[in-house]
Amino acid sequence: MKLDLTGWITITLVLGVALVLALLNQMTAPGSALHVPTYVVALAGKYLCFAMLALAVDLVWGFAGILSLGHAAFFALGGYAMGMYLMRQIGTRGVYGNPTLPDFMVFLGWDHLPWYWYGFSWFGFAMLMAILVPALLAGVFGWLAFRSRVTGVYLSIITQALTYALLLAFFRNDMGFGGNNGLTDFKDILGFNVQADATRSALLVISALLLCGQFLLARFVVDSRFGKILIAVRDTESRTRFLGYRPESYKLVVWVLSAMMAGIGGALYVPQVGIINPSEFAPGNSIEAVIWVAVGGRGTLVGAILGAVLVNFGKTWFTGALPEIWLYALGAMFIFVTLFLPRGVMGLFRARTRKEPEPESPAAAAAQEVTG
Amino acid sequence: MPRLMVLLLLVGLCWPFASRADDPLAELASGNFNTVRQGVEDLALSGNAHAAAIISALQNSQLYYMPDGTLLLKADDDSFTNAITGEAFTDSDDEAKAVRVNNSVRSAIDAALGSLRLFDKDPAVRVDAAEAVFNAHDPTAIPALDRALAQEADASVKRRMEQARAAAVISDPDAAEKDRLAAVAELRARGDQASRSLLSSLAGQTGPVADAAAAAVVSIDWVLQLWSVGESVFYGVSLGSVLLLAAAGLAITFGVMGVINMAHGEMVMIGAYTTFVVQQFMHAHLPAVYEFSLLIAVPLAFLVSGGVGVVVERSLIRWLYGRPLETLLATWGLSLVLQQVVRSLFGANNQQVDTPGWMSGAIQLGGLTLTLNRLYIILFAFLVVGALMAALRYTPLGLRMRAVTQNRRMAAAMGIRTPWIDALTFGLGSGVAGIAGVALSQIDNVSPNLGQGYIIDSFMVVVFGGVGNLWGTVVGALTLGIVNKFLEPIAGAVLGKIVVLVLLILFVQRNPRGMFPLKGRAVEA
Repeated sequence: MKLDLTGWITITLVLGVALVLALLNQMTAPGSALHVPTYVVALAGKYLCFAMLALAVDLVWGFAGILSLGHAAFFALGGYAMGMYLMRQIGTRGVYGNPTLPDFMVFLGWDHLPWYWYGFSWFGFAMLMAILVPALLAGVFGWLAFRSRVTGVYLSIITQALTYALLLAFFRNDMGFGGNNGLTDFKDILGFNVQADATRSALLVISALLLCGQFLLARFVVDSRFGKILIAVRDTESRTRFLGYRPESYKLVVWVLSAMMAGIGGALYVPQVGIINPSEFAPGNSIEAVIWVAVGGRGTLVGAILGAVLVNFGKTWFTGALPEIWLYALGAMFIFVTLFLPRGVMGLFRARTRKEPEPESPAAAAAQEVTG
Repeated sequence: MPRLMVLLLLVGLCWPFASRADDPLAELASGNFNTVRQGVEDLALSGNAHAAAIISALQNSQLYYMPDGTLLLKADDDSFTNAITGEAFTDSDDEAKAVRVNNSVRSAIDAALGSLRLFDKDPAVRVDAAEAVFNAHDPTAIPALDRALAQEADASVKRRMEQARAAAVISDPDAAEKDRLAAVAELRARGDQASRSLLSSLAGQTGPVADAAAAAVVSIDWVLQLWSVGESVFYGVSLGSVLLLAAAGLAITFGVMGVINMAHGEMVMIGAYTTFVVQQFMHAHLPAVYEFSLLIAVPLAFLVSGGVGVVVERSLIRWLYGRPLETLLATWGLSLVLQQVVRSLFGANNQQVDTPGWMSGAIQLGGLTLTLNRLYIILFAFLVVGALMAALRYTPLGLRMRAVTQNRRMAAAMGIRTPWIDALTFGLGSGVAGIAGVALSQIDNVSPNLGQGYIIDSFMVVVFGGVGNLWGTVVGALTLGIVNKFLEPIAGAVLGKIVVLVLLILFVQRNPRGMFPLKGRAVEA
């Protein structure tokens, strides 16, 4: 695998900025001019987790043509797995001091831990679940959907229904995931205090490392033979099928891989934000993740990371400075980018360097002529 | 001697009862709990015109008596009036004593007031009283019921009283078997949950009455089951009609044009806000016809939402034809902007939209209570869809729309200005969404988030029914509504909805083109 210049720049930047922020937070005194407050570290960590989600979306949308409006569901499932581990670490320090049951279960009057909470007191198991649960859901969903050739908009709408159904399900107290309030009030991760500056800094660096790892993996996948076929599937699925490939298998593999990546992002997101609740499943979140990719540039991978960081930085800034304007800005961004920047910010850089193939398939345009 | 004189005077005043050996008024003034209780029961049965006033005064501890037996009512300002004559009375010697009550008297008072209301002038009060007796099913109420039945003229009130009497008879183990069998038949005919529990209380007994009661319980259970199915169907159709209204516009923009309009919910929301503005305006300037504000809001909402739709199509959507996923993103952005515009204009809170008088209330149909606003919405939904179908089928615009949908190039070659048809079609779909907003303002909170609650459901309905097929949308909406309502009692409201969503996802996997897929070359879009 050879990495192009933008790839190297991205990795260097992500790792470099994360390390610098972490070091400045740790090495300098709180009063000094170079000191980076802990909330900035946590914020940067959050952006990087969102970048992982964006990367996952870009992998399926940019390279396999699957527009998922439910990717935040995989992210949130990974987050819940981590949240469950963190809940079990609270031990007797909860409000009710129950050694096995989390507070909300005591509050609901439950007398034993539900079976699906078993094992989550082990970090390794919880992390495995953070990857496997999204993968399993994606596998079942994708196997059903791709096998019956649900494509395009229909697929988008049922992914949205999927995350909506999960949203409703996790809101229920009976589910055993804390209902409306979700999981919060975490204390330790692997014995380190989650609130501590050092833990925050370490989490930021780990997020950066994992993001770079995911980026390299995604790059490897799309540059491989497998990736070429994916692009073929994206552009003309039926032609690829007639050439003897099975598009559904290719799509399923990349779909599950993408769900795992999103799950990892979610698992890292929770300790840095300190809470996971059902609103993470809201369909709007998934659509926002898509716009990060669209802003950065669909099908570029680097663009997904760039878009996630840019848009979320804008969101943080706007909601702090001009809260009323944020939704206008976000809405306008959706419209502006789709109308005038179909290749996103990365398109601005690349337009000068080399000629990109048309991202839209000629088949879709032809079909449009038939149906109007 | 003066005591005897007053007593004679009292007897003269309430002459019709004077002949009775145990004068209830004297009993009330006795100061003995048992006698007072007897007095309350006797007074209730006496038919005395003042009975209700006296007994309710006793209930409120406002009944006093003089040593000579005169009954006094104490007003809130501590003045006394004679309970029978209504004359003011001055208790100069401070001799009046309150008639005291204990629990046994209190229960007698409650029963007495209940049976007295059986003779009220207002039929509605009499029905209430009969229902109260039915629920208490106390055999001691039978004499009062018999007298009330004898003088009752209103057939429906009389029927309630007979049912109440049957309930009392059935609870009286000493009643004649013939009467009790008749009572079982009466309760069986009434056939509601209360009758069922009364009848099933006889389950432990033996004999023909218990057998008849057991048979009646089985029959009532069957009837109740039917009514509950009927109720679920009604609520299902009601939910389905709401879904239908929300999805009808989408069936045009998404189903016919293929535009993924994520701002569809906001068109609904704009319609609801139009209703709010119309009501505010009419409340301020035209209060006389305020009742009909909804009728004015319907065409206005169509025009406002439709107008927004045309503008959106011309400025945004037309650049994105053939790029469905980009359309989805752009219209999602549009929906955020529209929500924020409305939030800036009207605030984030729910706005109050009134339900006109002719839409509130309910009608009783056997065991079903059908609320009028739900009924009107069902009717309205079908009217709207009917009008939409007619418009597509019989108007020149509809003809052009269908032509453009089927073969854009050919339509253009025939001289149809396809861009305008696109704009008008999108406007039509948006306008219908606006009309839906008028209806939804009656049953949902009018807030900037109104539309978001419907967008996923609407897409589900359209996809489920089959894209490009209004009949499919109708069937899809009703099916989803009814399935949802039948699942609710089994699984609970939220879980029911989740089950429906999962079923839908599985359904779309099996039939990616919905229940009624379009056939032919257009399918391969």
